Amino acid sequence: MIETFKEAVNAFSSPMTIFTGAVIFFALLAAFPKFFTSTPVASSILLIILVFFGIGLTDDHFRAIVSTPDNVPIVGMLFIFGYFTWFALRKAVENDERLAAGKPAREKEEAEEKVMVFPYLIYIEFVAALFYSIMLVLWSIFLKAPLEDPANPSVSPNPSKAPWYFLGLQEMLVYFDPWIAGVLLPTLIILGLCAIPYIDNDPKSSGFYSYQRRRHGIVIFLFGFWILWVLLIMMGTFLRGPNWNFFGPFEEWDVHKLVPLVNVNLSEFVFIKWLGAGLPKEWYLRELPGIVLVLIYFALPIFVLAGTVFKKFVGTFGAVRFSIYMILLLTMVALPVKMYLRWAFNLKYLVAIPEYFFNI
Amino acid sequence: MPSFSFKDFRLKTQVGKSIFRHGYSDDERDRALTVLTNVFFHLHPVKVRKSGARFGFTWCAGGLSFFVFLTLVVSGILLMFYYRPTVEYAYNDIIAMREHVPFGIMRELHRWGAHAMIITVWLHMFRVFMTGSYKPPREFNWVIGVILLVLTMLLSFTGYLLPWDQLAIWAITVGSNMARATPFLGHEGPGAALLKLGDIQLIHSGSDVRFALLGGNFVGAAALLRFYILHCVAIPVVVVILMAVHFWRIRKDGGISAPL
Repeated sequence: MIETFKEAVNAFSSPMTIFTGAVIFFALLAAFPKFFTSTPVASSILLIILVFFGIGLTDDHFRAIVSTPDNVPIVGMLFIFGYFTWFALRKAVENDERLAAGKPAREKEEAEEKVMVFPYLIYIEFVAALFYSIMLVLWSIFLKAPLEDPANPSVSPNPSKAPWYFLGLQEMLVYFDPWIAGVLLPTLIILGLCAIPYIDNDPKSSGFYSYQRRRHGIVIFLFGFWILWVLLIMMGTFLRGPNWNFFGPFEEWDVHKLVPLVNVNLSEFVFIKWLGAGLPKEWYLRELPGIVLVLIYFALPIFVLAGTVFKKFVGTFGAVRFSIYMILLLTMVALPVKMYLRWAFNLKYLVAIPEYFFNI
Repeated sequence: MPSFSFKDFRLKTQVGKSIFRHGYSDDERDRALTVLTNVFFHLHPVKVRKSGARFGFTWCAGGLSFFVFLTLVVSGILLMFYYRPTVEYAYNDIIAMREHVPFGIMRELHRWGAHAMIITVWLHMFRVFMTGSYKPPREFNWVIGVILLVLTMLLSFTGYLLPWDQLAIWAITVGSNMARATPFLGHEGPGAALLKLGDIQLIHSGSDVRFALLGGNFVGAAALLRFYILHCVAIPVVVVILMAVHFWRIRKDGGISAPL
């Protein structure tokens, strides 16, 4: 029974199914936050996760992966962030209902009143620090810090993994070259985070939980955080084995697993498959379709949306701010787009100019 | 039998009065003085909005991140007594720490604390976002916070190399290989080939940004020393300065956020 379940999970698991499943769940959550944060639904989801986890722990491979000392914080993080996502959305839904009924947000009621920092705030800080200290000491007593064999530059482990908080970036390496996955995207993540308060700069909805008032921003932020960051970290940590091949959660990491490399570039699709001609010799002719496609991807939505759906938005925001917002958003969406192109068409690069290390 | 009274010690002896500059009652004046006359508590204002003094609003994630940082400073200093950042000694010193130090959980406190700080800092950002607290007038403080978040991960990343085991060097090798592909500044990055004087390539494997980070072409002795200094001195100094700005700006931008 359990073996059948595990085999079914393994058979179903692939980067595409897991990613798609997560996106569907996220879309449902974003559409029906009240339903998903209600106590029966939220506790059922928690129960399902715990049961899955419990079944998983009976599997030697699964147990070995999740109890690897450096992976334990990820497991803890999942529950902590899951809890606080639920908590914040629940508060937000509650405030939305209050606002809809013409009442002020809950925080507003208490904002006029002031309390002494000592003891009321310092007490919270003290209890939090105390609780953390106890937890850290227990964690440190029961789980030894990992120490492997002495460093040996001539023996590389397979797989070699970066620290867990960078594994989302390492997972992106499957779909993008290092200059994008390792340099450009991290830089844009940092710049994009910094840009948030300059793009979403209406102070009226600050200082309280709300979903409806900031729905747009919250959906983008939660998608980026949960799907493009945490989910990729989980995939990179738990589901990527030797040679960075994908393995199901209960699948033994087989070093000899064979994965055919059948990825092709867009230029090969266009010139060989569709036009039946050979690849042009000059790189700028060869890559012209890809370059045009990438330019259209970034330019078209900006102009189309600026003229239609976001017309009012552009008026209040100004063209520069709107363009920056759109470029950041499109870059973010480009990651799942490229992932699906890979899964659906085995597309390797849209633009491939190895002469200049410039592959997209 | 004479009994010791802490209250009498505090309020009546010269020693007690010299340490604490406030009374011992629970009236508002003494509570205000408790905050005002204590350099650590003085990071706070005397009064805050009731909505801001709620665990359900702040999750105490920012305060906790600071506390975790302090515990990491303490455990890190203890580790520095035992650890020498050279290829000959580093690994053996870690072993020695485990084998010879009674109740030796310093390294665990430091390593798990580092993971915990990543989580608390992410959580803090998450909370600030979900309550819309990044909006004007707090936008610049959000930017400082993002930089602190990046520095937190870099602190953890630089510390990851120091045990000098297989886990360490290969994680750092994978991570720092990215730098090779930096546009213009990495020798395998797009545009690097364009930077040349006549026939001389300016960016090659011995002059690019990865070389600067590692002090060599691979993760070796120079990288260990560089990461040690970045981890123990350079990044913490920047973090402390930015934290000062971050905390100061919370006060200047109107305290913990609340609805307008």
